[in-house]
Amino acid sequence: MPIHEKSLIRPENLVTHEHLEIEGVDVSGHWSTFINTRAVSDYNEQMQEEIAALPGGEYIHRCWQCGSCTNACTVNAINPDFNPRYWIYLIRMGYESELLRDKDIIWQCVSCNKCTYACPRDVFPEGVMKATAHWLELKGHTEKKPSMVFDETFSEQVFATGKIEDGRVLREFFARTKQSLFQDWLIAMVRSLLMRLPVTLMMKLGLATVFHPRTRGWSKAQAAIDEYVHEREAAARKALRLDVQGAE
Amino acid sequence: MSGKYKDVAYYPGCALEGTGHAYNRSTKEVGKALGLKITELKNWNCCGAMEVKNVDPKLQTYLSARNLSIAEEMGYKTVMAPCNGCYHNLKKAEYDLAHDQNSREVTDRLSRKAGHKTYEAGKVETIHALDWIKEEIGEEGLKARVKNSLNGLKIANYYGCMYTRPRHIFPEKDQGPGSESTSKPHFMDDLLAAAGAENVDYPLKTACCGGAHTLSDSDTSTKLVLNLLTTAEACGADVIATECPTCHTGLEMHQARAEKVFGRKTKVKILYFTQLLGMALGLSARKVGVQENFSDSMDLLRERGLY
Repeated sequence: MPIHEKSLIRPENLVTHEHLEIEGVDVSGHWSTFINTRAVSDYNEQMQEEIAALPGGEYIHRCWQCGSCTNACTVNAINPDFNPRYWIYLIRMGYESELLRDKDIIWQCVSCNKCTYACPRDVFPEGVMKATAHWLELKGHTEKKPSMVFDETFSEQVFATGKIEDGRVLREFFARTKQSLFQDWLIAMVRSLLMRLPVTLMMKLGLATVFHPRTRGWSKAQAAIDEYVHEREAAARKALRLDVQGAE
Repeated sequence: MSGKYKDVAYYPGCALEGTGHAYNRSTKEVGKALGLKITELKNWNCCGAMEVKNVDPKLQTYLSARNLSIAEEMGYKTVMAPCNGCYHNLKKAEYDLAHDQNSREVTDRLSRKAGHKTYEAGKVETIHALDWIKEEIGEEGLKARVKNSLNGLKIANYYGCMYTRPRHIFPEKDQGPGSESTSKPHFMDDLLAAAGAENVDYPLKTACCGGAHTLSDSDTSTKLVLNLLTTAEACGADVIATECPTCHTGLEMHQARAEKVFGRKTKVKILYFTQLLGMALGLSARKVGVQENFSDSMDLLRERGLY
């Protein structure tokens, strides 16, 4: 196995011993700090294939590590640990344990597509980020992240009725993530609006929350979409060698 | 004035029937004032926004293909979408159906089961509300119709992500003089300048507002929006002009949130470009739905003689 990129100087890689003597030489204490081995032995050789099997991850093999994605990345600018180039590298190398260090931030990709715009190899890094977040969840490495809950809340409404009503998505999302609807800033916003809004419009918006907007004759499309979604879910679980029956 | 977009199909999308109703209203009013006819797609469905593609991108392609097939059935060659998300998804579907066999197969299968015609690439052209006015009326045409000039109102033009990225789904952009640029878009700047605005040199035209995670990762969105707002103020802008309901609502929401949660107050106002154009065309602020915005810009507009 080749030696791969790995940051050595991390607290968990540094070892000191209070009392240690090796072949008559005293190596106790801070002056004789050891650094753990950099040899990697726990590769997941299926990792790239698994990510590539999920929607969005198909073109990960094209990456040649130029770093244009990370350089362009919106989230990287506010959190330097958010590093798509590095994660693609880890996935292609199968260095799962290293990727898992960042498992709780990968979902934060905002889909601005700057990476996809910049990428000279058409890797579609934005898709790879979504596939990776999905993979982490399917493998049980992370719980369902808020953005997944939001995607599901939104998509379920689209699949069921053909349309969404944004107030309903908001209320449903807050309920599912156990957040209060009564956030300071939300109240301040709505209050200032109510002072100005014409009564007729308020009634119209109020009615939309009672009579949900929907596309007429949607049931056949709904059935076709549901069937397709289940098929794809089963295929994804199979590609990740997970129990197909285990799907919710 | 090409005459090409004088009578087009109109796809408002879900946001324009909810939080973005002021955009819907002002787009229709501006169309009317300019003598352009728009006909809403019959029984349209949601484009899937940013969310359905995270379940499966091919479903998103199908959702947009259904809308495009409605436009075709209604006999239209062009569909105009003012929402960046809808516009992006229609464009993406068009691209995928033209270039990806698997997308075609999934769309065909779902369309058959849903009982409607399968849309084939190349039948309907998708345009943004910006293309619609820029191509059909143009700066000169607009100048001739301005009744109430924006009179040097300082504007930062904000285009967001979905209007220009990724480049490959917008084959008509980056085609030299006269075409839209994906790195430095200017259609909105051109139109507002024709309406009398003074556009400030805003470096974050295509930066991200965090709209995809506006509720699920609010702190990230607030940081991104705060950057957009403070930069606009540093550039001397009184107003940020928007062309997307998600960006617009995101800017408004996180402006309020930044003040309440981070204690950072900004005073730049946020208006849809159609509202600004409408007022320049002599429509009242009420008619273009200014009072429906969360961002309260009435004092500023009164001061400038626009309200």
